[in-house]
This record gives sequence, structure tokens and C-alpha cells, in this order.
Amino acid sequence: MAEISDRGEIPVFRTTVMDSEGIRRALTRIAHEILERNKGCQELALIGVRTRGVFLARRLAAKIQEIEGTVVPLGIIDITLYRDDVSRSFPKPVMGTTDIPFPITGRRIVLVDDVLYTGRSIRAALDGLMDLGRPQNIQLAVLIDRGHRELPIRADYVGKNVPTAHGEFVDVLLEEADGTDLVGIRDREE
Amino acid sequence: METDGHFARKDLLGLEDLSSEEILTVLQAAKSFQEISRREVKKVPTLRGQTVINLFYEPSTRTRTSFELAAKRLSADVVNFTVSESSAVKGETLVDTARNIESMHSDIIVVRHPVSGAPHLLARIVKSAVINAGDGTHEHPSQGLLDLFTIQEHKGKLEGLKVLIVGDISHSRVARSNIYGMRTLGLQVTVCGPPTLIPVEMERMGVRVTYDFDDALTKTDVIMMLRIQMERQHGGLYPSLREYARLFGLNRDRLNRAKPDVLIMHPGPVNRGVEISPEIADCTRSLILEQVSNGVAVRMALLYLLSRGAYGKAAH
Repeated sequence: MAEISDRGEIPVFRTTVMDSEGIRRALTRIAHEILERNKGCQELALIGVRTRGVFLARRLAAKIQEIEGTVVPLGIIDITLYRDDVSRSFPKPVMGTTDIPFPITGRRIVLVDDVLYTGRSIRAALDGLMDLGRPQNIQLAVLIDRGHRELPIRADYVGKNVPTAHGEFVDVLLEEADGTDLVGIRDREE
Repeated sequence: METDGHFARKDLLGLEDLSSEEILTVLQAAKSFQEISRREVKKVPTLRGQTVINLFYEPSTRTRTSFELAAKRLSADVVNFTVSESSAVKGETLVDTARNIESMHSDIIVVRHPVSGAPHLLARIVKSAVINAGDGTHEHPSQGLLDLFTIQEHKGKLEGLKVLIVGDISHSRVARSNIYGMRTLGLQVTVCGPPTLIPVEMERMGVRVTYDFDDALTKTDVIMMLRIQMERQHGGLYPSLREYARLFGLNRDRLNRAKPDVLIMHPGPVNRGVEISPEIADCTRSLILEQVSNGVAVRMALLYLLSRGAYGKAAH
């Protein structure tokens, strides 16, 4: 998936939060939790938030297929047009395409993203999904919850809770985009 | 998320001075906007609270509707000023009209005007972003962009393609915008028509000129037919419509000699039986209606890329 890769080189981290084994185990656990909570994968669909949420959603779908033997529908949502800061920014952010090749009405949707922070991107993703139909419910799976919410949003499935300061950056690197699986924290200045 | 540095303009006045990066940025954004028009709820909240003014000094159905739909699908508020209803008939100048419009806090002004260069004048005096929706015989950049987009959708690439533009080149702002954009992106352009309708500057623009439609059509990947503009003809440029149709009209016979995967385009409105025969306008290789659909996506991309909020006003 080189076409949506956007990082040139691996940054220098102050702290490493998760290595590839850690990411793999967290996703395996989340896959089991999703199946447990939904009692299987009836009506289930995964939707990844562009960019890294898409790779995580694909990995979760593969895990679920391993466990249950069922292929879960997979979609991609691009939230650029729903962001609360986009009409204020100039030049504009690069946007991708939303690609959800199935009706979402009546489904149990698991929205997948890499990092949960202020909650604003998830708000945008929720608005985007609501424009496409009326799901039975929407659940949220994230690899990292770093706190500092600005909206009343919480995740249903969390890979790891990572307490952070506002000035820090949490980077999720994934094989598909960055050539390696790694989660780390660095200072904003770097 | 990163920002895109490839399109940071206040206005879109023509394709002449756009870089290939800028053009490709618009086409890439248009690709994303295409999906929205296919949804059940064809609307995203991106430009909520922004005001788009369609200021049209010439009759237009397609372009004005297309800009209006594009703005509405982005949740902007749209007001249409058309010349027959507005104060222009009472003698108000373009500059005064624009200043009045801007006093009502417009964000983007889409302007069509019979005088070449009118949008450029407007762009200098208003703070709103100005989009040229056709100025005289000069440029019609959004049409050029939607034509490029449509070709790219079908051919999967643009560079190296051969395009034949046929008809009244002299009076065609569509041809001019297409030529600028296509030359920038490395397409090979040939124009064809009666010598009286081909302007002298063509060869300087890097365009080949031919008067032999039958020969040129066999070698091209795209045939773009232009409308004979009855309203801009003052007589004497060609003997009769019948002769024009015989020499420069696209019909079944001619199409049979073109490449099997040739694309047929026309910016509309079509004079059926003059520049293009009805059966060809409706055939499967004709992209005329697809051009219209793509026009909305391309114009959404333009409105999106040119819109600036409270913080952006100072950015240019």
C-alpha cells in the first residue's frame, strides 16, 4: 500500500510503547473481544479511518477470519471533509476517498483508528458514517488511547492506554506504510 | 494530517499559468469528490457557512447548475446573480456589482463574462476567491480541468496522448483552456477546422494545425468536437452549416476510420447534425454526459481548494 504511505523515515523515539509483537498481541485480543461482545460476526463490519486505521482494520479482519472462518466486510472512511478545522485551513489537506462497498444500515460497525486523542477525528468519522446510513450500532477500536479528550467519546476496544502530555507526539508505524511495526512517543519539537 | 502545498492560490482564472502539479492536485481531489455524488445523501459539511456567488453575465445552464450543485454538495450557501435579473441592466459596472456582492460577505465568486479578462479585473479588487467560469473567447478553466479528468478516467494516464480538437478554435475558450492544460501535462494537441476559425497563435502554443479532418482523425486518441457558436458568428467565416458539417462534422463514416478506442468529447451544448451527428453523440464511445457528471466533481474540488476560512484570509 505504498500509495498512502506518507512518512519518509522512522523518527527517533524518546520512549517505545509497543513493538511488533506487542501490536500483534493487542490486535489478537481486540479481535477476540469484538467477537465476544458481538457474539460472533453476524452483521459485523469493520471500517478503518484513513490512513493507518485502514491497515489495522485489515489486520483485524484477517484475525477474525482466522478465528471464526468468516470474512467480515471491510470499508474505508476518509474524514477530511468532515473535520471541524478544514474550512479554516489553507492550503487544504490532501484527501482520500471513502470506500464502503456495502450498505451500513442495520450493521454493527467497528470503527478502527490508530490513536484516540481529542476525539475530534472520531466525531468526524461518526458524522461521515451517519451520512451513509443508519447502522445498528457503532463501536470504536483503537490501538492507542493517549487521553486528553475534548469530546465525550470513548473507545470500546483499546490496544494500550498510554498516558501522555499535550506536547508529545504518539506515532504509530505500521509495516504497510512505514516498513516496520512500532509505537513510540517523541517530543513535538523533534 | 499534512497540508497540500501544490494548490495555494487565491483565484482560478485560467489554466495558462497553472503548473502540472497544481492541475494534478485538482484532478486528484476531484477523484475523491466523485464518490460523494454517488451517495444517497449527496452532501458533506465541508463548506458550511461559506457563501458562493454565481455571477453570470452570459446565459449558461450547464456551467451555472454544475457550480451550484458543487457548492450545495459541500454545504455552502449559493446565490445566483444573472444579468437579466440584476442591476447590470440598470447600468451598474462590473466593479460596482462585485463590491456590492462582497459587502454581503461572499467567500467565493464564480464569474462568467462576455469580455475576456473580466474575471482578472474582479480578482484584483475583491478579497473573495474568484473562479473564472468562462471569459469571452479567453479561458474556461473548469471545463478544461473536467475534460482532462474525463480523459484520465478512461485512458488511465494523460501524458503522451494525442488529442484532436475540431471546430471553431478562434472563438473557443474551451479549446484554449484545454490546450494550455494539455500542453502543461505533456499531451500532443492538434487543432482542425476551417482556416478562418483557426487563430494564428496556435503554433506558438505548441499545437499542430491541420485542415484535413479525415487524415487527422485516424491517428488520435481523443476527438474533441467544439460547438459552432452561432451567437459569436458575424457571418462570412464559412460558407454554410451544411458545408461545415460535410467537412468538419463527426459522423459514423468518419468514426469507422478512427482508432477503435478513440474517445469522443464535446463541451456542450451540442448542435446535433452540425458538428456531430445524433447517432455519434449518443454512441457508447461518446463521453458527453460523463463530462457533465465529472464537471460537478471537478468544481467541488475547485471550491474546496480555493475556500478559505477566518484564518486563511491572511494566507495569500
